Amino acid sequence: MSDISANGLVLAADGTPLKRSLSRAMRRQKLRALLLVAPLLIFVLLTFIVPIASMLFRSVENDIVSNTLPTTVQELGRWDASTSELPPEPVFEAMFFDMFIAAEAKRHTRLGTRLNYEQTGVSSLFRQTGRKLDDVGKVTQKPLEALDGAWKDGETWYAIFNAGDAPANKNLMKSQRGLLQRLTSDPASGDVNFSPSANITKLLPKAAREYTAWAIFTAVQDEKDPATRDPWESVYTALILDLKTADLSGYTGPNADLLKAAQAADLPVPVFSEAFADMDKDWATPVPWKTIQTHSGLYTSGYFLNAIDAQKSDDGVAWQPENKQILLKLFGRTLFMSLVITGSCILLGYPIAWLLANVSPRNANMLLILVLLPFWTSLLVRTSAWKVMLQQNGVINEVLVWIGLVPDADRLILINNQFGTIVAMTHILLPFMILPMYSVMQTIPLVYLRAAKSMGATNWTAFWRVYFPQSVPGIGAGSILVFILSIGYYITPEIVGGTKGVFISNRIAYHISSSLNWGLAAALGTILLVVVLALYWAYDRIVGIDNVKLG
Amino acid sequence: MAALTPILRKPLSFVLPVVAGAGAFFGLFLGTGNGSAITGVLLGGAIIAAMAYLFIAVLKNEQLSKWITIIGFAAVGLLVGGFALGGIILTIVGALIGLFYHWLIYWLYEGRYRAKLLPYLTPGQVAWHYGFRCIAGVIFVFLITPILVIIPLSFNAQDFFTYTPEMLRLDPAGFSLKHYEDFFTNNEWQRSLKNSLIIAPIATIISVCLGTLAAVGLSQSHMPFKGTIMAVLISPMIVPLIISATGMFFFYSDLGNFMENSLGMGKNFVGYVKVILAHAVLGIPFVIITVTATLVGFDGSLTRAAANMGANPLTTFFRIQMPLILPGVISGGLFAFITSFDEVVVVLFVGSAGQKTLPWQMFIGLREQISPTILAVATILVVVSIGLLTVVELLRRRSERLRGMSPV
Repeated sequence: MSDISANGLVLAADGTPLKRSLSRAMRRQKLRALLLVAPLLIFVLLTFIVPIASMLFRSVENDIVSNTLPTTVQELGRWDASTSELPPEPVFEAMFFDMFIAAEAKRHTRLGTRLNYEQTGVSSLFRQTGRKLDDVGKVTQKPLEALDGAWKDGETWYAIFNAGDAPANKNLMKSQRGLLQRLTSDPASGDVNFSPSANITKLLPKAAREYTAWAIFTAVQDEKDPATRDPWESVYTALILDLKTADLSGYTGPNADLLKAAQAADLPVPVFSEAFADMDKDWATPVPWKTIQTHSGLYTSGYFLNAIDAQKSDDGVAWQPENKQILLKLFGRTLFMSLVITGSCILLGYPIAWLLANVSPRNANMLLILVLLPFWTSLLVRTSAWKVMLQQNGVINEVLVWIGLVPDADRLILINNQFGTIVAMTHILLPFMILPMYSVMQTIPLVYLRAAKSMGATNWTAFWRVYFPQSVPGIGAGSILVFILSIGYYITPEIVGGTKGVFISNRIAYHISSSLNWGLAAALGTILLVVVLALYWAYDRIVGIDNVKLG
Repeated sequence: MAALTPILRKPLSFVLPVVAGAGAFFGLFLGTGNGSAITGVLLGGAIIAAMAYLFIAVLKNEQLSKWITIIGFAAVGLLVGGFALGGIILTIVGALIGLFYHWLIYWLYEGRYRAKLLPYLTPGQVAWHYGFRCIAGVIFVFLITPILVIIPLSFNAQDFFTYTPEMLRLDPAGFSLKHYEDFFTNNEWQRSLKNSLIIAPIATIISVCLGTLAAVGLSQSHMPFKGTIMAVLISPMIVPLIISATGMFFFYSDLGNFMENSLGMGKNFVGYVKVILAHAVLGIPFVIITVTATLVGFDGSLTRAAANMGANPLTTFFRIQMPLILPGVISGGLFAFITSFDEVVVVLFVGSAGQKTLPWQMFIGLREQISPTILAVATILVVVSIGLLTVVELLRRRSERLRGMSPV
């Protein structure tokens, strides 16, 4: 029905060139196919791919140090760690104020735990320091309050720092809100009933900074009105530090005489490096400072290094101490046991697959049910069955004792070791080996074997040179499937593996739920994921994903 | 099947040693059970060999000798077991053993074992043929025994994971239904069962609906980026559960916090949503694989014919395509259901105590070894899985029949 236009183009019924019309129809069909797939694709991306990506991100994420100790990290950046000297006084001062806020928000222990992964002892150091910080603050609080009782009154402080109708320093407010938000991972929004006066911020920068942080924390976290409450001890310290240098001569704001009197009294300021050394003698060594400096980056390779038993020290990458090196061994054991399980699945699965492929279809269906029944049975059921079979008073031991092969006194230890894990997992994964082998062997004609024998091959040669090579794809498919599945197994090793028969996955679960070292768990998971994806890629090249068959 | 090979009687010099060996094998067990393995082996071998000689050389009557063996062995069982329930069972066991040995003797003597084998096989090949079947039998035993072993144990009257002497004597006092009773009355177990029955069906419905739709799209020949999309959709099955669970743990706890704090949803509700979403995504690959496999055999001209006769795409899908791919959809759904119903790792990481499912409760029980109620639950689950297996098998056959493949 098509026409030919003047310039020789074939036209469709509506007059458009046929080529364009066809490509438009094709595009519409493509779009329709994509629309059908889109809901699921979005669903999988959101509920699966994004979580996996978040795990990958977790394994390098390290903003906890700079979020908890922002100014300390800045100050430490200027310190040269290669000299064996202590950091300068400003670092100690920054550390005091950072730690004070962190301790009030109860976040210093989390940072201590994080740094403890890198340097043993930091956790207890942080915990103790957090308890003693108040005492350092009290050194400045007491003299000031003794000077004038008005300093005990929260309203005095509020009058000095609150802008009221005067111009306020919006930037300080915003940056301190941000600080608390990063520290507590709470949006730190909401009305504070306070904004720092721009004038006082210029005169008393440190005190204004600390007071603002305190006011936001009090209003948001404690849900109290900052106007009537005493500030933290650190605010007293900051004020006295400021008064040493501030020029109050032109100041006429609220409580000007109080401030001037305090400046005139020339109250003592603590030497922070000494105060820290008093709290814990470790602070007087460069070790904790080097640890903080080394791990202050926003992203870290530390978790990955930990995952392979190494660690980042101030002079490059080094191995962990001998007694902490367990993960490489565990990776090795996981690979070894997965290989053994795959091997025993091949050994046990091959005869079954052969039998299924070479008996009459009716018998094959009957026998296939015996393979599929374990396949369909709950994993927990099979694992509990193996616990029943393998334990000290279990079925296998009872039978062996009854036959007399094993004396009653020393029964075999079959569970809570590698043997238990291997036997149970071989049983659980065997159907995954048999099914792909069976589908390959079904396609191999037996006449080849007979032909080989008729030409003089022995039974073994006929099998090994003719049949076996044709069945290799099935072995390959089954092996990769079983290996991928076994390398990430968790439940069965957890129940029958004891301590000797566990896999790397059990370690991941341990770090998620017990030690709470989530970064390390994420790093271990990422390494495992890379291994599995590589195997999966190989599987796709050898067998093709489309050839995965179930049941 | 007709006999391929003319069968011949075999000489006694072949039959007697073989049956004696079989007798000795059984004698080994009885002998060690009663103290002396050697005596058992010798006696067992001697008795069976003597029986064979008597039947073949003296009696020469297969039917008569059959009844003699059965009754003889049954009588021995009765004598050993006494007249209690245990005695009756031992009598039956004895009769079965007698039947087996009688069958073995004549199977060998008459040469029946050659009947279905190719005529040119050498004796070695014949021996290998049956030896191989014995090996395969042992592997099948390895596959099935663990599942069968727990079934009698679930009727244990004691709170142990082991067979008690009463159970081995088949004493009725050794058995009870108390673990089943515990399962059906205990709040913990009932709550976990309820949770499983809430989570699994909803997750299945989500994965079946989205998965079928996507499989229909994927099976069209014009689908762009087919390989990549397929890889993404299959990935939940390929990525080890522990890694999925780790990733989901991080992400879903943030999601849960967001839903609770910003959207103001109830804690329990959010917990269910998290677990259901996680399980739905785990079930999707199974739906995709089974439905695309069914669609491979689907004749595209059917939809074109329907469209030709004026059906709109929706009608075509529900009236033409859906009935034909329904077996695949249902078996995909069953796979998704069993995945969710059987899943522990993800729910352990993503869920909270309020979403404790049946496998989770079993996992706790196994790790701390609280009660054999687990075995009662396990038995119920085995029965359920036999049911599911039957359904899937029937569906597979129906689908093959519909597609004109040879009915098996």
